[in-house]
Amino acid sequence: MTAVLDAPEQVGAIPSFTVTLRVMRYLPGDDGVTPVAHWDEFQVLCHGTDRVLDALHKVKWEQDGSLTFRRSCAHGVCGSDAMRINGRNRLACKTLLKDLDPSKPITVEPIKGLPVIKDLVVDMEPFFASYREIMPFLITTGNEPTKERLQSAEQRERFDDTTKCILCAACTSSCPVFWTDGQYFGPAAIVNAHRFIFDSRDEGGAQRLEILNDKEGVWRCRTTFNCTEACPRGIEVTKAIQEVKRAMITRAF
Amino acid sequence: MTTVADPKAPRPPRAKPSRLTTRGNTELYGWVFMRASGVILLVLIFGHLFVNLVAGEGVKAIDFGFVAGKWASPFWQVWDLLMLWLAMIHGTNGVRTIVNDYAERPGTRLVLKSLLYLAFVITVVLGTLVIFTFDPCPSGSPADLLPSFCTAS
Repeated sequence: MTAVLDAPEQVGAIPSFTVTLRVMRYLPGDDGVTPVAHWDEFQVLCHGTDRVLDALHKVKWEQDGSLTFRRSCAHGVCGSDAMRINGRNRLACKTLLKDLDPSKPITVEPIKGLPVIKDLVVDMEPFFASYREIMPFLITTGNEPTKERLQSAEQRERFDDTTKCILCAACTSSCPVFWTDGQYFGPAAIVNAHRFIFDSRDEGGAQRLEILNDKEGVWRCRTTFNCTEACPRGIEVTKAIQEVKRAMITRAF
Repeated sequence: MTTVADPKAPRPPRAKPSRLTTRGNTELYGWVFMRASGVILLVLIFGHLFVNLVAGEGVKAIDFGFVAGKWASPFWQVWDLLMLWLAMIHGTNGVRTIVNDYAERPGTRLVLKSLLYLAFVITVVLGTLVIFTFDPCPSGSPADLLPSFCTAS
């Protein structure tokens, strides 16, 4: 009954609006007959500070509990919620609704090129298989040193950009070459190879270059820059791929 | 009671990657060739266009005699042969990568690439044959259509 409560509300007022989410739904049937994927529309009341992930949460918690998507940290670090929002690969937890023109329906689809399991959840196994193939771990020879493996700031800077990868698959699933048959290693695997190839402490560079020299390796890159544009971490993916290509050429000639 | 796997037991061997590994520098050389031949073709093609269409009397000079005169010189034979081979390999390799990128079924790929290689072989063999066996002075032709160095027969 006092006016005290009203005042702060006015000051910190956040604009709220209703957005329409068009979500690609996919539910494989138990009988083996796969129903066709279809679009579902949801009206959600959202605030100016809400992200696409918040809107999806509201749908799941208040409207349709069967809506399925992956998310873990919800703050752009775990890389679980990469999806195709308004036709572009982004993290749902890093995309603000107000940046997407909320007056129009916002389309949400699973990332392309990987088999869909349910709704927005895709099978990441082909993606991780390529990742494992480039041996994403330190390879050294000789005895293990008793202290840290030292490295100068410049040596660290050489591969700093590619250490930022969170393996969300936004880049690989935005690559048109990957869409065709899924045989291409994909930008993410090459980025993570780059992280070790240019690490001064690592001695497996030649092995990794040999792996990526494959018919389905870096030479299938068409430099369309889709990966660089899709990366939610701002990694210059295409540049990293080109650097791996250059390392191979200088090694061969 | 469910049995939990012994954490110290050796792990099962890693599943073999689904893709067939095709190591080797073939794709690397292909990639470098595309860049190198592209630069050389720029010079060859624009040189060809300039000599045929701009230099001297320009486009009006082109007739049987003009072409025959050019191919009588080893310089233009080598020039045209290089242009033919580089352009055909460059173009065929480019279309091959496009087929690889866009054809999804292995059968489609095989058919398209077979047609491509067939066209390549026919064009290159025919073109090479013409450049080397070209007769600038066929007998029994009117002299005004032939290059100037032909002795009238």
